Amino acid sequence: MNGVDPGYYLVLAALMFTIGVVGVLVRRNAIVIFMFVELMLNAVNLVFVTFARMHGEVAGQVLVFFVLVVAAAEVVVGLAIILLIARRRGTANVDEANLLRW
Amino acid sequence: MTHEPTFGDLAPFVIAAPLAVSVLLLFFGKRIGRLAGPLASAAIGLSFAMGCVMFFGLLGEEAHGEGHNAREQIVHLFDWIRTGSLNVGADLLVDQLSVIMVLVVSGVGTLIHVYSIGYMHDDPRYPRFFAYLNLFAASMLLLVLADNLVLMFVGWVGVGLCSYLLIGFWFEKRSAAAAANKAFIVNRIGDFSFLLGGFLLFSVTGAFTFGAINHGAGEMSAGIATIAALLLFGGAAGKSAQIPLYVWLPDAMEGPTPVSALIHAATMVTAGVYMVARLSPVFAAGDALVVVGWIGALTALWAAVMAAAEYDIKRVLAYSTISQLGYMFLAHGVGAYSAGVFHLVTHAFFKALMFLGAGAVMHALGGETDMRKMGGLRKRMPIVGLTFLAGWLAISGIVPFAGFFSKDAILASAWAEEQYVLWAIGLGTALLTAFYMSRLYFRVFEGKDRVPEGAHPHDAPPTMAAALVPLAVLSLLGGAINLPGQLTLEHFLEPVVGASHVPEGLTAYLLAGIALLGSVVGIATARVLYLSRAGSLVRRKLEARLGPLVTAARNKFYVDEIYDRTVVWPGKGIALLSANVVDRRVFDGIVNGTGGTVARFSEGLRRLQTGYVRNYAVLFLLGVVAVFTVLVLRAVGA
Repeated sequence: MNGVDPGYYLVLAALMFTIGVVGVLVRRNAIVIFMFVELMLNAVNLVFVTFARMHGEVAGQVLVFFVLVVAAAEVVVGLAIILLIARRRGTANVDEANLLRW
Repeated sequence: MTHEPTFGDLAPFVIAAPLAVSVLLLFFGKRIGRLAGPLASAAIGLSFAMGCVMFFGLLGEEAHGEGHNAREQIVHLFDWIRTGSLNVGADLLVDQLSVIMVLVVSGVGTLIHVYSIGYMHDDPRYPRFFAYLNLFAASMLLLVLADNLVLMFVGWVGVGLCSYLLIGFWFEKRSAAAAANKAFIVNRIGDFSFLLGGFLLFSVTGAFTFGAINHGAGEMSAGIATIAALLLFGGAAGKSAQIPLYVWLPDAMEGPTPVSALIHAATMVTAGVYMVARLSPVFAAGDALVVVGWIGALTALWAAVMAAAEYDIKRVLAYSTISQLGYMFLAHGVGAYSAGVFHLVTHAFFKALMFLGAGAVMHALGGETDMRKMGGLRKRMPIVGLTFLAGWLAISGIVPFAGFFSKDAILASAWAEEQYVLWAIGLGTALLTAFYMSRLYFRVFEGKDRVPEGAHPHDAPPTMAAALVPLAVLSLLGGAINLPGQLTLEHFLEPVVGASHVPEGLTAYLLAGIALLGSVVGIATARVLYLSRAGSLVRRKLEARLGPLVTAARNKFYVDEIYDRTVVWPGKGIALLSANVVDRRVFDGIVNGTGGTVARFSEGLRRLQTGYVRNYAVLFLLGVVAVFTVLVLRAVGA
């Protein structure tokens, strides 16, 4: 096998994923949180592609397309919700949208 | 199958006529208004007419075919309960006994309906009264015409219900509502016993019809027969107010007086007497008759003593009714069923008459019932006075009034069966009866003119007189249906209840003479005590001498109090215990405890729902890490 060692790709994916997790946990703006979620998804996609390449399997690449489609659908719904919350409350701060609790 | 129409086909309509009018009045009573009384009277009058047709049909019927009673007819209406081996039909039995009962119930019932038109004239619930009265008549007719115990029980409970409704007719009065409850509950005790007896008979004979039960009675073991008969008699004791269940009848006087006359003197209370006669083979198969006779005799004496001490005119009559019902059971107890039924018939005449007379007196005196406030009323209300005179002489047993013959028939039968103790009790009761009825009559209708203040006595209005006069005539002539020597009724009933021993020749006259003498002594005593000038002095002396007895009798021998302490209080205690401890603490405790525990647990758990997305995300992450850790460890381990 030539080119870059697949291990690097995996490390990069892990880094991306960790950045995504931390971002989701520490940021308050819903849009930004959303972007970090996308980052996590793409980290996973990268892992899929890497493994597909490592094992010569096409299934991993196919799965990536599924993830992309689902992510696109998720963005549509998620952005709509965020937009409505922002319109109603004048802010996209998730800490202020805490009505649904005990 | 072609069917020749016979008199038996009328039986369903005898019941249907008052039932239909009753339903009509219950739903459209307000609109029918004043017409309710005449309409209801017409319905029961129609029943009486049909009863007469059946009676004469039965008389004219040639004895045909085989069997113990070739004249009886069974009318099958429809299959009622049909499941497995149980087959109960809605069948009516038309025979000598049931026809006699139909005639009494509908005949006396008609007169009392007519009387009620006048008596209840000003009552705001006038139509409802007649609806209940007609419903009662229908239930009672069903009771006497039923061919099996189950259908009889329908009528049995139906009359109990109507009794409850009518005793409590003026339910605004607390005492009336309480009396209605008491009557109903005491009757339910009897009904329970009746049911058990019926079930026992069914388990032994496999049938509910009277024919089959009476036929099977011969093959029953004496023990079973005795138990079954005693259980049935328990029901009879409830309905017919015998010891120990008689306590409801005096209180039942809270109802309107026509009700007392119809239900609590002439008809419903005789249901037990009728039932014992109907099932006489079962009673004869064991030793139950001894109990029946003794309970009857003791009740007769016991109630007569209380009647002699009572001042309320209606309550005197109530105790008198209990006493006379005891007489009927005494007759049954010595096997003289036809004598018992004979007394049932004559008693229906003269007791209904006296109740209606008492009602007319109350009507005239503005509802007064205390005899001490009355006197000399015969001159002010001659029709009531004269008719009451007939009733008084009849119940006292004076020749030739009806009561003389029926009472004599019972006493003679007791003698003929060599039950001398029962005979002596009966004779003593007869003497007491003559005494307390004379006391009532003298106090109310004779002696010094006395009316409660503000009352304007008037004689009975036409509708009331229309009922009083026929009943007075019947009280005078009713004995003719079973004259000694002729024994018309006895022979008529013989196919149903069997023959009884009657003394003949000199003994018969001697016994009748002794009974008559007893009555005369009773009346004479009352006359001395209540009409002579020295009477009140003698009375005071007597009361002083008999002090405790008089006080006890006046307090109904404290039976109500004893029942209160022994039955009602423990019952209430158990109810309170169940309600406050068992239900409120134990069961509510379990239910509320379960709920409370879950609630407390979730109280803590729900704090997890903070509403902050971040918190959820952290937990989500932790979960993923945990699952991932487990998976990795397992992979490494493998």
